[in-house]
Amino acid sequence: MSGKPRLTYLNGRGRMEPIRWLLAAAGVEFEEVFLQTKEQYDKLIKDGVLLFQQVPLVEIDGMKMVQTRAILSYIAGKYNLYGKDLKERALIDMYVEGISDLMQMILMFPFSPPDAKEKNLDSIKERATNRYFPVFEKVLKQHGQDFLVGNKFSWADVQLIEAILAVEEKIPAVLSGFPQLQAFKTKMSNMPTIKKFLQPGSPRKPPPDDHYVETVLKVFKR
Amino acid sequence: MSGKPKLHYFNGRGRMEPIRWLLAAAGVEFEESFLEKKDDLTKLQKDGSLLFQQVPMVEIDGMKMVQTRAIANYIAMKYNLYGKDLKERALIDMYVEGIFDLNELFMYYEIQPADKKEQHFANMMDKATNRYFPAFEKVLKDHGQDFLVGNQLSRADVQLLDTILMAEEFKPDILAKFPLLQVNEWTNSNIPKIKKFLQPGSQKKPPTPGEDIPKVMAIFY
Repeated sequence: MSGKPRLTYLNGRGRMEPIRWLLAAAGVEFEEVFLQTKEQYDKLIKDGVLLFQQVPLVEIDGMKMVQTRAILSYIAGKYNLYGKDLKERALIDMYVEGISDLMQMILMFPFSPPDAKEKNLDSIKERATNRYFPVFEKVLKQHGQDFLVGNKFSWADVQLIEAILAVEEKIPAVLSGFPQLQAFKTKMSNMPTIKKFLQPGSPRKPPPDDHYVETVLKVFKR
Repeated sequence: MSGKPKLHYFNGRGRMEPIRWLLAAAGVEFEESFLEKKDDLTKLQKDGSLLFQQVPMVEIDGMKMVQTRAIANYIAMKYNLYGKDLKERALIDMYVEGIFDLNELFMYYEIQPADKKEQHFANMMDKATNRYFPAFEKVLKDHGQDFLVGNQLSRADVQLLDTILMAEEFKPDILAKFPLLQVNEWTNSNIPKIKKFLQPGSQKKPPTPGEDIPKVMAIFY
């Protein structure tokens, strides 16, 4: 066994992508197992490795961890990306949870019925530009630091750069009213571990396409 | 100012109930400010009190905290209900996230349209008895201890008790096949601070009656 964390999920972003981002940002190499058939997934369940019969699954430090947030919290804690004290953790948690709500809309988008897609895209744009991005623009402006919390790189920064790039894929000019976020995006993209993750050939997964949607429906069909 | 945490939400369970449970289990007295109409929410939004324009919001230790999980994490850490190290925290987090997923199903039951209610009920009962409760029954069986993690009370036990009691409101004999969960329920219900919270007159909220749901929805939509 290699000792590297091992990720089990489909070969696509979904609920595993924030975990890939965080491991990559922390400079941690990992292995991946991709579910392609219902039979593979059923076998995992039968083998009793999935606490609640769901993926993501991350085998790390002798544990078979499930539940995205639990996994992310563990990684953040282990690699010092969770602030220096309880109050910094509180800020990081609030920011991460807000971003997670926005990312949930992006996660569900490929599964919208065709006649709802335009409306859902408008909702993403509305929430990003009126609810979430203004908050982080203000946070960065008020303290004038490079990172969201405690003048130090944290889980919140990783989550935010992931969200910015994901929203920009759908709405290219979305940062036009947010100069602080534009600067943040540039700085984060140039951090060595993140820069490496953004290059071709990294474990970063492409945006979901029809094939991915089909695979999800096929593997998780009950 | 009293120094007590102040909870802002409507007068019902919703997304604030896990936080009430945790504060009660930690023995922390708290105040509540109830939203009754849309204007109450709008006022908080205009004040800039709500980071993402949403409640729950808890004023605690000089912060205006939002996002249920962030608030619950803070309280659990502060009052030593979050395990003794990173690995215990990992277990607690996994269990709590599973419980949150089940709670979501319970929470959304009342607002289902009439033609979807039966199917939703069947699904949530199925998940409770075939996915979540068996997982926790096994955890208790495997280590033989009273509490889910690290042989001491943690937020995982507190949130589990909240969920078990809600599940029993829907189906009183839902723990019939889970003897260890029955013991865990009884043990935790009798911990003094939790026992106090389970008595009439506490800040534990009853389920929102069906006829009051539209009024609650009107606050938010």
